[in-house]
Amino acid sequence: MFSGVEFSLVPGELLTLTGPNGSGKSSLLRLLAGLLRPAGGSIELSLGAKDGGQSGRATAEAEGQSDDLIHYLGHLDGLKPVFTLHENLAFWRSLYGAGDDDIALSIGDAATKVGLGHLSDLPVSIFSAGQRRRASLARLLTAARPVWLLDEPTAALDADGEAMLGGLMGAHLASGGMIVAATHLALPVTPAQTIDMARDLGAAA
Amino acid sequence: MSGFTSVVVQTAQLSLRAGGGALVGLIFFLAVVTVIPFGVGPDLNLLARIGPAILWIGALLASLLGLDRLFGGDRDDGALDLLIVSGQPLTLIVLARAIGHWLATGLPIVIAAPLLGLLLNLEPLALAAMTLTLLAGSPALTLIGTVGAALTAGLARGGVMIAVLVLPFTVPVMIFGVSAVNGAIADPDPFIAPLLILCAFTLGAGVLGPVAGAAALRLALD
Repeated sequence: MFSGVEFSLVPGELLTLTGPNGSGKSSLLRLLAGLLRPAGGSIELSLGAKDGGQSGRATAEAEGQSDDLIHYLGHLDGLKPVFTLHENLAFWRSLYGAGDDDIALSIGDAATKVGLGHLSDLPVSIFSAGQRRRASLARLLTAARPVWLLDEPTAALDADGEAMLGGLMGAHLASGGMIVAATHLALPVTPAQTIDMARDLGAAA
Repeated sequence: MSGFTSVVVQTAQLSLRAGGGALVGLIFFLAVVTVIPFGVGPDLNLLARIGPAILWIGALLASLLGLDRLFGGDRDDGALDLLIVSGQPLTLIVLARAIGHWLATGLPIVIAAPLLGLLLNLEPLALAAMTLTLLAGSPALTLIGTVGAALTAGLARGGVMIAVLVLPFTVPVMIFGVSAVNGAIADPDPFIAPLLILCAFTLGAGVLGPVAGAAALRLALD
């Protein structure tokens, strides 16, 4: 589909992938998430100790994909319609591990932060597309993981939602996180790097 | 709550809540067992003789129902991607899904079996043996079915395909289950040996099923 992708990110950086439909933005994200295997080449993810004197923090280094460094936000939200928002978030929190307690929010706080605090006891089946998107974003907040892979994060969000997303992304980057986002709309946060899948890689669109 | 238990609980709740398949399996089991005496006729001795086989056939077919949603739902709503990205071992997630599914669908069948056995004129000893063999053998049915569910996760109408794929592998479980119950009633036949083989089936399927299921799910992603 594409070849010759090469980039490296340091903490606090946002990389956006742009390009026409079918140029491989989502596939590249799925490769990074470990959901697809590359036909060649390698993906390395290494996380050094965070600066700021947290010397006790373990250093995780992995070839390929690391176990607990990645949050993936795809086209589908992974929410079970029969469960309430709270139950859905609690499920993912228990699987993703709450991680760094300073950064990870409680389920109620995360729901409030994305503007769904008043809906947390309602089943997800009655949510609109935008509300489901917000619920997915809340999932990222309930467990602290340094790498966010976002596939069209602004899809279905209203203007308020985009501003909220911008705030979340900014806060994540400021706390030393990394974001790779595939999008064809302008994101509310200015990217440090951009890869245009069609122009830079000559992908078959 | 650890990740493993929360997958078990979520799976059980998904099949118990509205739209889940737990009750359907139980009612199907009831239907099979109650309809057969009407077909066979009211010969009590005959019913008592074929009763264990009827119960096992009913349990086998009922345990195949609802398997198509076990991973089909996860694939449709994107949860499968998130389960894999979570970094938890996929083998354990598959095992947790199988346990949750058995608790919601298999266990009720085990509990209902002695009650339905009364309809088939089974003697008390046979009822006890029936329950014990189902308890030992029905997890194997679910675990074998889990592999079929994982293989057909990507198909829109996977239910029938699961039955076709899985049924041949579940036949040995049923054979030893029925022979153990018959062994409990008829004196010269052994009871303990087939029961232990049933336990071995369940233990073996508990190891191989999740590994094969996880491999099948990864295959479905590519």
